[in-house]
Amino acid sequence: MPDTALTVLDARSLQRTLRRMADEIVELNNGTDDLLIVGIQRRGVQLAARIVSMIAERENATVPQGALDITLYRDDLQTVGPRPVVGPTDIPTDIDGKHVVIVDDVLYTGRTVRAALDELADFGRPRRIALAVLIDRGGRELPIHADIVGRTVSVPPGSRIDVLIGEMDGRDAVVQVTPGTPA
Amino acid sequence: MSGPLGKDLLGLEPLSGDQIRLILDTAEPFKEISERAIKKVPTLRGATIVNLFFEASTRTRVSFEFAEKRLSADTVNVAASGSSVSKGETLVDTARNLEAMRIDMVVVRHGASGAAQFLAERIESNVINAGDGTHEHPTQGLLDLLTLRDHFGKLDGLKVCICGDVLHSRVARSNIWGLTKMGARVAVCGPRSLLPNAIDGMGVTVFDHIEEAIGWADALNVLRLQLERMTAGYIPSLREYNRVFGVSRERLERAGRDLLILHPGPMNRGVEIDSDVADGPFSVILDQVTNGVAVRMAVLYLLSGGRPELAEAAKGGGGAAR
Repeated sequence: MPDTALTVLDARSLQRTLRRMADEIVELNNGTDDLLIVGIQRRGVQLAARIVSMIAERENATVPQGALDITLYRDDLQTVGPRPVVGPTDIPTDIDGKHVVIVDDVLYTGRTVRAALDELADFGRPRRIALAVLIDRGGRELPIHADIVGRTVSVPPGSRIDVLIGEMDGRDAVVQVTPGTPA
Repeated sequence: MSGPLGKDLLGLEPLSGDQIRLILDTAEPFKEISERAIKKVPTLRGATIVNLFFEASTRTRVSFEFAEKRLSADTVNVAASGSSVSKGETLVDTARNLEAMRIDMVVVRHGASGAAQFLAERIESNVINAGDGTHEHPTQGLLDLLTLRDHFGKLDGLKVCICGDVLHSRVARSNIWGLTKMGARVAVCGPRSLLPNAIDGMGVTVFDHIEEAIGWADALNVLRLQLERMTAGYIPSLREYNRVFGVSRERLERAGRDLLILHPGPMNRGVEIDSDVADGPFSVILDQVTNGVAVRMAVLYLLSGGRPELAEAAKGGGGAAR
């Protein structure tokens, strides 16, 4: 049986969802003052960039943007070993007292967000940290929840969510993939 | 138990170009950690690393120690000064004792070529060679490669001349292996008495005159004249060495173009390199030191962890974290 792919969001609905998330971020923060948007490598960084430019369009405000690579904060180095490529971490401003919004593509076990929280703590003490994810697929293994969710999808075990971003994958889409059985 | 580099880092000779590139690419994000207010990530929390130095070292030992501490490893420094006991016996005994204390990694510097491999074959911990005799000093070679790549953007096709005391230099050997594997062209320049007999078989160009080397190269890696290893009369005098082979500003200016200047340290100012070159605008000697920490963090990271049996268990339990 071949893999089956179910489209969760096409390019236009992904754009619409991101625009709503951008609005919700500004609403949650009560404006853009002291706001810092931090994407998690790698697709979270691309999504964060889009959200920042949407906020710029609507609010006429430039919100600083950062990137986190949580590879060095993972809790599974001793088991799975080093990931081949560690991406850059770039926090452009002092984060003390800031309202930080972490942006990622998929929220699943919560372990990535746990690592991101630990990493942010090493940069300072934000006033508040919120989490915005494009897809919440359930399956949490830690007490972590998202403040802003693009789409909640119930994904059965064994299936996965692929977020495709134009800059990296050539097109925008969110697809639920169920691996087929080998013939 | 073996990650992308295998169990140990003993030299650059056994590594592939891809493995070297992986280390350099991994070192890149580690530079940023040393710029943070809190210069620490939890990556190697709980790992125990022994820095076993049978030879004097400031730069390399401190650099390794910073790299280990910035990755949150627990470190112990063992400075075993040269003893009368034969080196083989000392190392075996030391190895057994270290293993008994349940350590994870050993960083070893030793005056005997092959000492790191000798140790690696006898203990289960990861072994990192921090310089063994006149054999290799792989992390120094790697930080030189990283510094060159930072400056020129690539190593492929780059012309690098290693100047001076090649005979006694493990740095030279690691550089030659690393640079040639990355596609750079390598030359050496120095008195024939300080070049190894087998130099012609290493695929490098030999210059007898420093002016020729300066005319050819994009970068000079100026080696320290290892006076402490010179048991016989290799050179007539330090003054004459400086006059014939010293890298001076006048000589560089005559080349009519800019050459990058590297030196692994510690420098003999006024012997192999003049002060106005060492402190000049084209010197990246301190960049090398900064890069040393990042490269060593990358090596420690890439050698660590990776226990497949636990990974299998984790996979059954829930799959990739997200």
